[in-house]
Amino acid sequence: MNDYILETKDLGISFGGLKAAQNVNIKIKKNQIYGLIGPNGAGKTTIFNLLTGVYKPTTGTFFLDGEEICGLSQEKINHKGIARTFQNIRLFNNMTVVRNVMVGLHNDPAFKCTVWESFLRLPRHFKSEKAMRERAKELLKIFDLDDERNNYACNLPYGKQRKLEIARALATNPKLLLLDEPAAGMNPHETEDLEKTVRFIRDEFDLTVLLIEHDMKFVAGLCDELTVLNFGTVLAEGDTRTALQDPEVIRAYIGG
Amino acid sequence: MIEQIKKIRWSHYIAYIVIGLLLLFFAFFGPTDRSTQFMLEKIAISIILAVSLSLVVGFLGELSLGHAGFMCVGAYLGGKASVILQSSLGKDSVWNLILSLLVGGLVAAICGVIIGIPALRLRGDYLAIVTLAFGEIVRSVFLNSSDSSFGGTLGLSTPRYDRNSLYIYAFVIVLITLFIVQNFIRSKHGRAVTAIRDNEIAARSTGINITKYKLVAFTISAFFAGIAGVLHSFSNYTVQSATFGYNYSIEILVMVVLGGMGNINGAIISATLITYLDTKLSTILTGDRAILQNLIYALVLILIVIYNNAPALKSFRERYNFKVLFNKMFSKKDPSHRADDAAKWDVVPTKIEMNEILSVDMKPQNLGSDKPQKGGDK
Repeated sequence: MNDYILETKDLGISFGGLKAAQNVNIKIKKNQIYGLIGPNGAGKTTIFNLLTGVYKPTTGTFFLDGEEICGLSQEKINHKGIARTFQNIRLFNNMTVVRNVMVGLHNDPAFKCTVWESFLRLPRHFKSEKAMRERAKELLKIFDLDDERNNYACNLPYGKQRKLEIARALATNPKLLLLDEPAAGMNPHETEDLEKTVRFIRDEFDLTVLLIEHDMKFVAGLCDELTVLNFGTVLAEGDTRTALQDPEVIRAYIGG
Repeated sequence: MIEQIKKIRWSHYIAYIVIGLLLLFFAFFGPTDRSTQFMLEKIAISIILAVSLSLVVGFLGELSLGHAGFMCVGAYLGGKASVILQSSLGKDSVWNLILSLLVGGLVAAICGVIIGIPALRLRGDYLAIVTLAFGEIVRSVFLNSSDSSFGGTLGLSTPRYDRNSLYIYAFVIVLITLFIVQNFIRSKHGRAVTAIRDNEIAARSTGINITKYKLVAFTISAFFAGIAGVLHSFSNYTVQSATFGYNYSIEILVMVVLGGMGNINGAIISATLITYLDTKLSTILTGDRAILQNLIYALVLILIVIYNNAPALKSFRERYNFKVLFNKMFSKKDPSHRADDAAKWDVVPTKIEMNEILSVDMKPQNLGSDKPQKGGDK
């Protein structure tokens, strides 16, 4: 049995001469909430893009639950069990909230229905549509978006759009959830709520969370362990409290 | 509890009902003069083309300019099939029609797959150019074919199908097209296609196989373009490759755009109106006045585009449109709030904008050139 749900080995990428990330080794235990922090431009989102197949790494590789999935396409990596949200929210704006989540449920074997069955409106089409809608509503309830389900995604306030994006990622039934600045643009009250929600989904869906965040209170309250990046390299890692008190980390953040 | 009962959404079914009633009407009081019958056939063909192109342009959000090319493949192959089949089945047999339609449609669909696999990796303008090139290549291949195979420059003459029933079959095929296309769009697969249009990166990270769905939408669209081509060959008794130039592709695109991107009912209405206008103008204006035909056609298009898009006409448009007038006549309910999952599901803007399609750059970037520039050259 594998101890680590995600393990990266010397992961690195360079764009021309710019080494956006190099020799990044992250080990995340199952059911952990793991933080990835660092100053702007440290390469945090680049790591996310590597892990979800948007970029192909120039060096190194990574394993999900012991299986090497480096080099697969974005959709294959999602099928293997990594789902993500984006720093600049990417929702399906011209669709309703409930439909956004239903797109996330698309590949769930429980709602299987072939193109031909949809053409001819066979019973399985109606059955899977109904089941998908019910499941989507359940997921929306977790994020208090139940009442908004018939609104267009683009009309939601910012905080709710962030939540909807998490709900959609969750709908793909991931083992590892990557959250890119989930608390950005939220007020302290909303952030507190989000903290509870992240814990809740971790326990409820038995998943592991890797998150990027700049709100140190949020990170300190939520993350079990973290990795600090600076200029594409690992500056510090380990237990949240000790890592945050590392003089190197403080210097990287505050300068000096 | 009452809210739980699924409401019937008229906008989903209105097209079926109208065309169904029309068919019933034709069955008893069908027009007998050839010109009306011919026009009805043309309208049916236009509707099939517009609805199928709307799938690619409106719902997948990709610009395809090769729709007439797929139609051309269907027309030639289906026409050839009916020439071969008429000796064994008889020229007025329904089976002749059905088999020819299937042959034309399937060959066009295969072309769609072959073109789609490399072309759908491209985006926006590049895909438009590749599909445009495909249309022209297909046309010249048939133009340069030998006389015995596809008629070459003379065109392929196809058997005359019973003219009193062809337009009825044409509308039956319109119904089938609508059924398949709408069922596709209003399913999880259609949702995946719309997701790709809205945000491709998000769709991929959500696990949607974008290559598959782009190809599926493109192939369905090509299949029905092929079917329309076969109907065209039955309706005209002859297939001329010159008919399927890129102008025709643009004309289909205009129908889709005027109907509103991603709005099937709109595409049907605009296809009907444009075809009607086109045919009527060409019969009314003859001789010297024939040059007015293009002028009037263009003016009408410009007026519709302005009415639909000019911000200055927004309030006027909101007071006087079909929906408001319809509701005024038949009910007193306010139509603006419909709390239903799928309300207005297919009336959505898409990422292709009008000015992009008409290649008109409307950005006022050159307007400020006469202003004195700060720190500019002397």
